[in-house]
Amino acid sequence: MLHPITVTHYLVLSAALLLIGTLGVLLRRNAVVIMMSIELILNAVNINLIAFSEHLKTLNGQIFAIFVITVAVAEAAVGLGILIALFRNKETVLIDEIDILKW
Amino acid sequence: MLDTALFYSFALLTLLGAILTVSLRNAVNCAIALITSLAGVAGLFLLQKAEFLFAVQIVLYIGGITVLFLFVIMLVNLDQTAKQPRFGRHWMIPVLAIAGTGTLFVGFLTRGRGTLALPAPGVAADAGGNVERLSDLLFREYLVPFEVASLLLLVAIVGSVVMARKKAD
Repeated sequence: MLHPITVTHYLVLSAALLLIGTLGVLLRRNAVVIMMSIELILNAVNINLIAFSEHLKTLNGQIFAIFVITVAVAEAAVGLGILIALFRNKETVLIDEIDILKW
Repeated sequence: MLDTALFYSFALLTLLGAILTVSLRNAVNCAIALITSLAGVAGLFLLQKAEFLFAVQIVLYIGGITVLFLFVIMLVNLDQTAKQPRFGRHWMIPVLAIAGTGTLFVGFLTRGRGTLALPAPGVAADAGGNVERLSDLLFREYLVPFEVASLLLLVAIVGSVVMARKKAD
């Protein structure tokens, strides 16, 4: 009943995780949760990279995953800094109440 | 056999955590669900013999980023936010877009799968642990990107400190 796991299984899982993360980015109003969803999307990419790295028996994919994680950390630090500055000025983290650039 | 069972349990953990992350009301609960999802991804890394990335995922993502998220949730008072509606007014548009994309994925998987030609699997490399071979590659072939990444981290540190601090006057 249980089939052996192939790359396709990982690709499907990664696609599902990407869709859920995108849904979170587009749907939620809370900016903190939107950043969590961005982390989910980056993790979906990492699953893909690792799956192909294992399939091709080369470590280049894992190196790329390391760089993706580095960029994710930098993005989280800067994004949360922006969020704190925003909360200090506007007293909200709900993105549809931050409409100063909207005409 | 064990691999298959482990893959499905980790995949379930990942997807369940992800769904809870985007759907729960309280942001603290979202962060806890995110930890579950990230732990599932870490298990998948271990299943794919990426031991170093498994450790990085645990230490950096679960130990670092999630704690950062929790700190920010504590700093920005979310009590009022938790009582507000979770989703935006135009929630139908993203749901429809994601449903369409998902339908495309499923349609491709059920009907067009024959056109998906994966490259032939590679042959296993010579001896040496995962960390050893990874560091060999990272510090020789990918040395310049590695240094650029360190620069990026420095800029991110300085930028986040500058943005998050109080005004001097």
